[in-house]
Amino acid sequence: MKKTAFLGTLAVAGLAASIASAQSTLEQVQDAGVLRCGSNEGLAGFAAPDANGVWSGFDVSLCRAIATAVLGDPQAVEFVPLTSQTRFTALAAGEVDVLVRNSTWTFSRDTDLGLDFKGVNYYDGQGFMVNSDLGVASATELDGATVCIQTGTSTELNLADFFRVNNMSYEPVPVATNAEGQQQYLAGACDVYTTDVSGLAATRATFENQADHVILPEIVSKEPLGPVVRHGDNLWGDIVYWTLHGLIAAEEYGVTSANVMELASAPTANPEINRMLGTEGELGAMISLSNDWLVNVIAAVGNYGEIFEQNIGENTPVGLARGLNAQWTDGGLLYAPPFR
Amino acid sequence: MSEAHAHSVAYVRDTMLPQAAPPPGETGPLRWMRENLFSSIPNAALTLLSIYFIYTILAAILPWMLGGIWDAGSLTECRAIRDERGLETAACWAVINERWLQLLFGFYPIDSPLLARLFYADELAAAGGMEAVFGAGSNATARIEFVAQMRADLGNLVVFFFGYWRPLLALALLVVAVAPVLYSSLPRKMLVFSLAYPFVAVFLLWGGTIWGPMLVALGILLSLGVLRVVAGETNALLGMLAGILVALMIFLNPLAFTDLGLFPLLPHVKAMLDSALPLGLPAIDSADFGGFMLAIIIGTSGIVLSLPLGILLALGRQSSMPLIKWVCVSFIEVIRGVPLIVWLFTASLLLNYFLPPGTDFDLLLRVIIMVTLFASAYIAEVVRGGLAALPKGQYEAADSLGLDYWKSMRLIVLPQALKISIPGIVNTFIGLFKDTTLVVFIGLRDPLGLVNAIRATGEWNGIYWELYVFVGLMFFIFCFFMSRYSMYLERKLATDRR
Repeated sequence: MKKTAFLGTLAVAGLAASIASAQSTLEQVQDAGVLRCGSNEGLAGFAAPDANGVWSGFDVSLCRAIATAVLGDPQAVEFVPLTSQTRFTALAAGEVDVLVRNSTWTFSRDTDLGLDFKGVNYYDGQGFMVNSDLGVASATELDGATVCIQTGTSTELNLADFFRVNNMSYEPVPVATNAEGQQQYLAGACDVYTTDVSGLAATRATFENQADHVILPEIVSKEPLGPVVRHGDNLWGDIVYWTLHGLIAAEEYGVTSANVMELASAPTANPEINRMLGTEGELGAMISLSNDWLVNVIAAVGNYGEIFEQNIGENTPVGLARGLNAQWTDGGLLYAPPFR
Repeated sequence: MSEAHAHSVAYVRDTMLPQAAPPPGETGPLRWMRENLFSSIPNAALTLLSIYFIYTILAAILPWMLGGIWDAGSLTECRAIRDERGLETAACWAVINERWLQLLFGFYPIDSPLLARLFYADELAAAGGMEAVFGAGSNATARIEFVAQMRADLGNLVVFFFGYWRPLLALALLVVAVAPVLYSSLPRKMLVFSLAYPFVAVFLLWGGTIWGPMLVALGILLSLGVLRVVAGETNALLGMLAGILVALMIFLNPLAFTDLGLFPLLPHVKAMLDSALPLGLPAIDSADFGGFMLAIIIGTSGIVLSLPLGILLALGRQSSMPLIKWVCVSFIEVIRGVPLIVWLFTASLLLNYFLPPGTDFDLLLRVIIMVTLFASAYIAEVVRGGLAALPKGQYEAADSLGLDYWKSMRLIVLPQALKISIPGIVNTFIGLFKDTTLVVFIGLRDPLGLVNAIRATGEWNGIYWELYVFVGLMFFIFCFFMSRYSMYLERKLATDRR
């Protein structure tokens, strides 16, 4: 009798615990008053702290956008630095609410790891950088080259695939970090440095004689980078997805941080903009947010194009062209579903 | 002087010659060089070769280091200044000049209200006063801009001394707390402060109300008091049980399955006191800790906690009670057989799966516990070496005096065994301190992690050696101090070899 009572209370306690943990991510974030965003420890253009410890960058801006959508404050973000080894486990274990850490969307990560990729905020691909003294114009001429390659990344596998398909041989020089790869390449330990093209561009931007180094035209892999959330909490996934695509759509319709307040003050002639900015319809309420959520987001961080130009665009040290990351109307891949 | 020799020898000196200087080449640096550097042809050749090597290395490094540029806003500016000065190579120390606070403290928030009140009062008034800038409902973006402007205007030194007064005070008090332990000439009463220091440090570094650390200290004292009183009244076992029970009631909930909600007592009392008298400092999250502060916090906690634990493990391993012996042996072997990085990953990732969801078990605390356990296994083996080196006669002598186990250990065996183990113990401590850089792999912002973060900024991307030289230098200073202290201690305790 005593034993059953004891087991009963245990069961009740367990139930109470599971009810407490069933709180949705949105409620957790709103209760805590801060969004925990899994971020890079430091990647040029994507996430870096200034001298005062304030983070900025392309990925960081998306975190700030989500925080603004949910909490109304772009500064209400706690950036949890994650390495490439710990990022998915940290997300799955609930240490972060969303992961925006230049993570490539792949089949197994999306399915087997129990995670959901919510769109793509940057289309990247693996490329090669060589010294122009080498006289190489195409990656197919790299037979027998020594290649600096970061170990344990998908780029290592892509490299092997590329050389095998083209029936060429190479000698790998393994490096642990981008910083090490940069030093090895400059010291002449390898002919070729390979990583994502955005990384190559950022690396080359730091060289003294940038003209001496060329990034070869071949892109040997698809690296769609995007924000990641846990499987199962669909409302939270929707918020992340539509915040990202709200930024993209805002660029498409010409809504910027400068004119968003004016456009949101009264309904405009474009019903799509009206629905986005909450002057028509009740879209915000459908994802449990206020109706002007996107207005706050764009006012705080700008639209996708502004974020791009500010952090990694052609006028920044990283100096990336829009390329695939242009709007679909400009021949890129960015295509936000309609706000309706 | 006798007269006898005057006839048998031609000449007898009858006055002392004044002392003459040794012949040239037999004195001063010249002789030293001849004896030590050029005593033979092979030695002379080796000397010249070494001098050449040292010259080549210094000729490459010194112009780079000494000609370094201290005042620039970015690597590009550094390069421009270098070309302007016509230098071949020059270190860009400007990055250290700009970011040294970050390398020391990570993202630990500065006490901006204090800074503003002390040095920036006019601008604060212009921005709308204390409440408008730092108040609860104030605009976070505006506040960040205000603080950035203030830091730029005040300069790093002022921010260092006044913005970071909490960690600095904690460090200064650490020196005070450690001094009586390290130097026995200081008054023994200072040890009371050493015991209280952990609570002071936690309060200074993490902030929050003063009641948290105070109640934990009181709880420990209360448990110990109950233990002593009950042990005095009845016997040692009952006393220990009573003490553990009181500690459980204060810190944990032994009756978790009942729905009383009364235990543990600590949070209730704390909540009561917090609302009655909210005295304290702004709370700071562990996630903001970083830089050398993090290395020092993890290092010192690990060192201080692992020594007693390691000694207990070493004694346990030698115990004649099989259960204690097996537990200690398996603990030591398991901890030592697995790399530290695996334990850190366990602490940061695996532990979360086992804890009930929603448990907020501080990552820094988890890391400190893991590092402590890891170091204590090594200390245990070092101390066991010391115990094994003692002649058996010492143990027998202690027994023959009629001392019980703890007394014989405390008075006879351990003082000698620990003295022998000092080099090994300090060696482990230095290793532990340097191993704290491994926490970068679990996402804590140690100095190396901050180097990566700083390199990722647009201004400093591409900088390499300067940051690592700085980090290396800082670590060298700490480790060199530890090794010097261990040599001092060995000399002082070398009673048998005098």
